[in-house]
Amino acid sequence: MSDRKPEFRHPKLTSNAGGYSRRDYEGAMSTLCAGCGHDSTTAAIIQACFELSVPPHRVAKISGIGCSSKTPAYFLGKSHGFNSVHGRMPSVATGANMANRDLLYIGISGDGDTASIGMGQFGHALRRNLNLNYICMNNGCYGLTKGQDSATADLGSIGKRGAPNLYNSIDLCELAIELGASYVARGFSGDKAQLVPLFKGAFAHNGLAFIDVISPCVTFNNTNTSTKSYHYVREHSEATNTFDFVPLQQEILTHYQEGSSQEITMHDGSMILLHKGEPGRDVTNRLQAVTRLEAEKERGRLLTGLLYVNPASRDTHDIINSCQRPLNSLVDADLCPGNAALQELNATFR
Amino acid sequence: MNRIERVNDFVVRFANVNGSGSASANNLFARAIYRAGVAVSPKNIFPSNIQGLPTWYEVRVSGDGHLGRRAGVDLAVAVNGQTLLRDYREVLPGGYFLYDSTRALPDEFDRDDITLLGIPLTTLCNEAFSNPKLRQLLKNIIYVGALASLLDLDFTILTEAITSQFTKKPKLAEPNILALELGYNFAREHHPGRCLLSIRRQPRDERILIDGNSATALGALYAGATVAGWYPITPSTSVIEAFERYAGRFRREEEGTRKVAILQAEDELAALGIVIGASWNGARAFTATSGPGISLMSEFFGLAYFAEIPAVVIDVQRVGPSTGMPTRTQQADLLACAYASHGDSKHLLLFPSDPKECFDLTADAFDLAERLQTPVIVMSDLDLGMNEHLSPPLHWEDSRRYDRGKVLHADDLDRLPGKWGRYLDVDGDGICYRTLPGSHPEKGVYFTRGTSHNEYSGYTEESPIYQAGMERLQRKWQTARTLVPPPEIDTPDDDCRLGLLFFGTTSHAARESISRLAAAGVRVNSLRLKAFPFSDQVIEFINRHRQIIVIEQNRDAQLRTLLLAETGVTADRLQSILHFDGLPITADFISERIQALLEPSTAAAGDTQGEQV
Ligand SMILES: Cc1ncc(C[n+]2csc(CCOP(=O)(O)OP(=O)(O)O)c2C)c(N)n1
Ligand code: SF4
Ligand SMILES: [Mg+2]
Repeated sequence: MSDRKPEFRHPKLTSNAGGYSRRDYEGAMSTLCAGCGHDSTTAAIIQACFELSVPPHRVAKISGIGCSSKTPAYFLGKSHGFNSVHGRMPSVATGANMANRDLLYIGISGDGDTASIGMGQFGHALRRNLNLNYICMNNGCYGLTKGQDSATADLGSIGKRGAPNLYNSIDLCELAIELGASYVARGFSGDKAQLVPLFKGAFAHNGLAFIDVISPCVTFNNTNTSTKSYHYVREHSEATNTFDFVPLQQEILTHYQEGSSQEITMHDGSMILLHKGEPGRDVTNRLQAVTRLEAEKERGRLLTGLLYVNPASRDTHDIINSCQRPLNSLVDADLCPGNAALQELNATFR
Repeated sequence: MNRIERVNDFVVRFANVNGSGSASANNLFARAIYRAGVAVSPKNIFPSNIQGLPTWYEVRVSGDGHLGRRAGVDLAVAVNGQTLLRDYREVLPGGYFLYDSTRALPDEFDRDDITLLGIPLTTLCNEAFSNPKLRQLLKNIIYVGALASLLDLDFTILTEAITSQFTKKPKLAEPNILALELGYNFAREHHPGRCLLSIRRQPRDERILIDGNSATALGALYAGATVAGWYPITPSTSVIEAFERYAGRFRREEEGTRKVAILQAEDELAALGIVIGASWNGARAFTATSGPGISLMSEFFGLAYFAEIPAVVIDVQRVGPSTGMPTRTQQADLLACAYASHGDSKHLLLFPSDPKECFDLTADAFDLAERLQTPVIVMSDLDLGMNEHLSPPLHWEDSRRYDRGKVLHADDLDRLPGKWGRYLDVDGDGICYRTLPGSHPEKGVYFTRGTSHNEYSGYTEESPIYQAGMERLQRKWQTARTLVPPPEIDTPDDDCRLGLLFFGTTSHAARESISRLAAAGVRVNSLRLKAFPFSDQVIEFINRHRQIIVIEQNRDAQLRTLLLAETGVTADRLQSILHFDGLPITADFISERIQALLEPSTAAAGDTQGEQV
């Protein structure tokens, strides 16, 4: 990390409730193309962590391979990071989470990393409801290998390479809901106001939070014939709702409540207040969530916002009934049954 | 006719139908011999099938204590109609053929050089029991009872075994004991003195009869493994199953929660990914797999090697290539494991040869993996893992502490003078200091990557920095050579120019060959290898002998290839004995090959390269 941003403290730099400044959440200088959607997504992660006063060293960032997967180097420079291999972020995150359930895990992946090579691991992390914030920076192409269509590219979409995509796209949010994710949202790197609360809700959630962030690739897939361009996404996205995230300690202001159509209490006691939802809509209903996604797709619209949440979700540790103490904190005395027990075991083999 | 007449030295082969409940009856037989104090080596020769196909169970009885497999069947217990004729033909001349005489043998069963021992298993069973399930299961117990009579095996050993097996369900013991008696009495009345094979009690020692996979699982448990990611594959599955069982017993907290996380992964890639993620985060983690899984794990092996993350992998080898023979044994993953992954990557291998070593070396693997921050693969095999073996009892030194390697915790970081770098070789042994996520608010943070990195874990494409990093890993490899378990060397004769070199499950048969050679007046030195990379002792041993015969169970002489590649020995010094049919190697096989190598053939006489001892 030789490209650290110059270290200086602006006198007016405000700090959050944890005493951290925004600088504490930044990382190395990005080496992505200027204007790349991933950098905006990164900025939203920084903002969400700052607003939640997350202690930076209690976060672990894990990624696969791709331009998107490089970003953990560009945020939360005070957190351990692990840039693993292509498509395998979920398994590495699973092991890490099993070892220490007390950290906040941010998993970064791309659409190639998730929807193709890593499809299997993606599905199974969802199914196990790992307590992981799975952020997929979705640009409909393989940025790092120079712009090939990915499995989330829409049928007929044409990127820089010039040929229309021949196949139907995979909707990762729909899949995530069906495969067991307990918090599913879609955002757009160009809409930070929406993205930051989506991340904050995810961080407070116990279980797998999947956030599909449409994050345009300015170099290979920002053409006016691409459905993953800034322009197209702005024109075609449809926010399912807007919401406020209210952390546990914070008092709920009345004017929030007035417009809210649904309140969701999260695992840690914090709340999500949804606004502008249509009457009768229930964001905790899986079936509705999938139907809504399909219906908007038929209208040619891309649904964004919080799509589904199960606030009572049980994560992998809850499911397998592992101990509350982090497994990596256990020592010899906690783990080794000793020779006397072994001698009794020997007797069972005689 | 000459009947084979032997005490405590023969092979009984059971021919059964897979899934018919024969396994527990056959185990009962083997355990009874073990309890009579006589060395026994049972081998399952089973199909890749759940129900219906033929399966065999070979029990070698050896009063002299030889534990390797021996070919040839002295007594066949043939209760599988599908293979009856084949089983009949495979009995050695002078041997015995026990069969279900409820139906007469067809005409083609016409040998006059073996002794028939008909027991009407079906009739006896149907007369005594009405429950159809019991009828099937107890038929097997009846032949065990008959064997006790035929082999003069102390009947009370069997009844005691049954009683202790069913202490919790004494109701079930009754019909089992009745079945034993039915067989015993029938054989005593109808075949008195016909079978000249017999078991004679010997004093029992402290050894136990245990399968390697259970011992491996206990090794992981004792070593403090808390995370296991795995994907089912024969013959490794029972490692994790046993681990889960023992963890259920020894890792349970009062509240009912468990100090372990065992995840059945979606595939072997994920299994190793889980291990790497957990180890990176400071837990002891492992996986167990077999050849096809090793192939899939390849990319992750390279990551763990290059990013320097501990990982313990148990490879219970089976027959390859590809799906091969999933239920047969081989030692053919050496090269795939030693150099798993692209680029210059290499990994430590440990070679257990009996269950006690499965336990010890698995525990050692965790210490080595954390000390050296790299993958360690325990190279078991199907024979060792899935069969029961006579083994020294397991032992854990209570004063032993886990070696967690060079990890800097918060207070270490606070005390640290100067700048910490994840890949700085401070001590000159190639091993650097690592930190764990979440441990310190300000210090010791780094970015782990499989891309090339400098000493501070920053990305680099600078050739000299990359190269220095690779050279440092090579330095670490040299350190590994001094830390791995030393070989077991036996040099009865300092002047002997011939050395045998072997490892793992080849060892029992090799030792038996050595003792036969010794009886014939030929003395050879031997080395049993326990680890890769090769320590100085291994190289010295090779250099001390003019000729080394490397005995292994694969076609391509994989260990020999490794020795040539890593020690600088010249090819002419290393000869091979290779066994790769999928059945465990035998002393007969090895002895014959050694004999052939020792007797200078006419071709080799004029050939200096074939210089003989
Ligand atoms: C096993 C393997 N195959 C192929 C590659 C080459 N590769 C690197 S990144 C990438 C695609 C990345 O696409 P995506 O995940 O969408 O990330 P983006 O660059 O678009 O952010 C590929 C195919 C690799 N690193 N590893
Ligand atoms: S190639 Fe595309 S995805 Fe990669 S950094 Fe550039 S703009 Fe971003
Ligand atoms: Mg992409």
